Amino acid sequence: MELKLERVDKQVGASTHLYPLDLALQSQAVTVLLGATQAGKTSLMRLMAGLDKPSHGRVTVDGADVTGVPVRERNVAMVYQQFINYPSMTVADNIGSPLKLRGDKNVAQRVRELAARLHIDMFLDRLPAELSGGQQQRVALARALAKGAPLMLLDEPLVNLDYKLREELREELTLLFASGDSTVVYATTEPAEALLLGGYTAVMDAGELLQYGPTASVFHAPKSLRVARAFSDPPMNLIAADAASLGVHLRAGPVLSIPLPAAASRSLTLGVRASALRVTARGGDVTLSGTVELAEISGSDTFVHVDTPVGELVAQLTGVHRFDLGAPITLHLDPAMAYVFDEQGNLLVAPARKN
Amino acid sequence: MARIDLDLAHSYKPNPKGDDDYALLPLKMTFRDGGAYALLGPSGCGKTTLLNIVSGLLVPSTGTVQFDGRDVTRTTPQQRNIAQVFQFPVIYDTMTVAENLAFPLKNRQVPEAQIRQRVGEIAEMLELNRHLDQRAAGLSADQKQKISLGRGLVRADVSAVLFDEPLTVIDPHLKWQLRRKLKQIHHELRLTLIYVTHDQVEALTFAEEVVVMTRGRAVQMGSAEALFERPAHTFVGHFIGSPGMNFLPARASAGRLEVAGRQLAAPAGRVLPEGELKLGVRPEYVAIASPEAPGALPATVTLAQDIGTHMMLTARLDGATIKARLTPEAAAPRVGETAWLTVLGAHTCFYKDEVLVA
Repeated sequence: MELKLERVDKQVGASTHLYPLDLALQSQAVTVLLGATQAGKTSLMRLMAGLDKPSHGRVTVDGADVTGVPVRERNVAMVYQQFINYPSMTVADNIGSPLKLRGDKNVAQRVRELAARLHIDMFLDRLPAELSGGQQQRVALARALAKGAPLMLLDEPLVNLDYKLREELREELTLLFASGDSTVVYATTEPAEALLLGGYTAVMDAGELLQYGPTASVFHAPKSLRVARAFSDPPMNLIAADAASLGVHLRAGPVLSIPLPAAASRSLTLGVRASALRVTARGGDVTLSGTVELAEISGSDTFVHVDTPVGELVAQLTGVHRFDLGAPITLHLDPAMAYVFDEQGNLLVAPARKN
Repeated sequence: MARIDLDLAHSYKPNPKGDDDYALLPLKMTFRDGGAYALLGPSGCGKTTLLNIVSGLLVPSTGTVQFDGRDVTRTTPQQRNIAQVFQFPVIYDTMTVAENLAFPLKNRQVPEAQIRQRVGEIAEMLELNRHLDQRAAGLSADQKQKISLGRGLVRADVSAVLFDEPLTVIDPHLKWQLRRKLKQIHHELRLTLIYVTHDQVEALTFAEEVVVMTRGRAVQMGSAEALFERPAHTFVGHFIGSPGMNFLPARASAGRLEVAGRQLAAPAGRVLPEGELKLGVRPEYVAIASPEAPGALPATVTLAQDIGTHMMLTARLDGATIKARLTPEAAAPRVGETAWLTVLGAHTCFYKDEVLVA
């Protein structure tokens, strides 16, 4: 199915929940809505579902105008943060309810298949209250999948689950989405989750849609500082800089040899992802010296917070590294790995990608 | 400030029989005075039960809790002098930020000048000083939770500060800042801190030592490095790391090692017990090798994900799934192709009956 939003916005009283936006969802793929709480993700989803009517603009499905058509008259499946099931029905009846409603045959078999795919086939005769939170959300997901709706909307479906469970279920969902033919919209606040889901990402901030494209492309070439901020975890290091004849001059720091477009503004911001900073030197690096403020070890990575003359920087180093607080440290950066944004915060230069 | 010694077990049932009847199986544990600890595990692992026993909200069904060698098993949180921070903000909306922060001190009749100084310090550390005279009611959820954290940390004379999932309601970006603040505050104030979470990144970055729990059992207590590099139990290997450790069936006999159906040279300097083993290797330590390279195993790629800072490869290897985290510079194989992967190295662990043996 093709869902298109044309110049839609949403005003509630005097406040604007969504500024006018255009969005044509990639058909039969996952679109991630990425943004902080209050970014407008849920407001946008409600317009897509038909739960709310936009203040202005048009919503079309496969070319037909459905603006104002209520959710009951659309074929949409939804999954929410809270685990919503029918409390008095067994797991099997919960999953089968959309099938029974439209009078399908072989309901029992279809229910068993879906339950098996979500690893809840051993609980079919239980009530939702007898299950853990993760299992309850699996039931809600299975019911949404049973509906086989061409549009499936998931609003932070894993946020109330344990970290590890989230990881497992996210992976299973990624595979389910890839093998199905629904158009899926999935809201999250977490950049890492967007990257793991893949597909396409729409970055939102303060009621605005900032950028839409293939997830990896948006991550590797965020078109503005705002997108870069929203789509980096840990946050991208941002350093005040000026355009110089040889490239980019960090205020209170070195000059980086980065070819700039002719129209570049004089005042710039250099963006450096934490993973681009190293403690080992390679040819062509610039160095930034400072002192260790804090070192956080997550196991697979060590995050070192460094106080430098160009400001505070965070470096993400693979593996376990030990640093004494207050110790001197030199960070290395390949200028080709840096982003440059102009005075207005628009992307001027992004690192070249191999693929 | 206090050193806390636990030697106890807890069951919510009157006559516990099997292990399943225990919310906490027998454990012995010491929290050093001034240390930062995290209790980490999935829902139902017993971490909140343990926290409630430390705070005095719950009396363990057997055993003792000691603060600095003194038995406090049956005393209240007030008597133990514990400060607590919960998942959701607990503050007074009608008071200003400063009044909220001062409240625990006022209650204890701390002199006014001392209160002002301490509130100022805490507000500065949490970057709340610009809001001191504002009413708490008008602040965002994040700011309110910061006030809750501040109230937990404001008293210098507490035995310990206990946190129960304090960053759950916070956005990822602010989590970074707050985790950092907590760590710096710990460094400056040297309070004994115990932090309950199911989020390994929070636990590992915050704590000097993490207690990993599952099904009422504390399976390992150690530094982030120890839990990552040498998980004592397969559960720890699986639970720590994102994704967790890969496990492959292996068999050692007469100095030879069979992994996923292929004979490999046994790793030098390792003494492996004979028989069935599990080889554990983290995705970070699986490397791509050239085809038929010695020690490499052929795996069929099922998924190749660009996860931003790295490539994540998922592959099938003789019926097992293996994940490899590759540097973005590496040429990643495509789905359906055969990737030759090396799994033996200094970081590889071996398990027998789920317990680390080499």
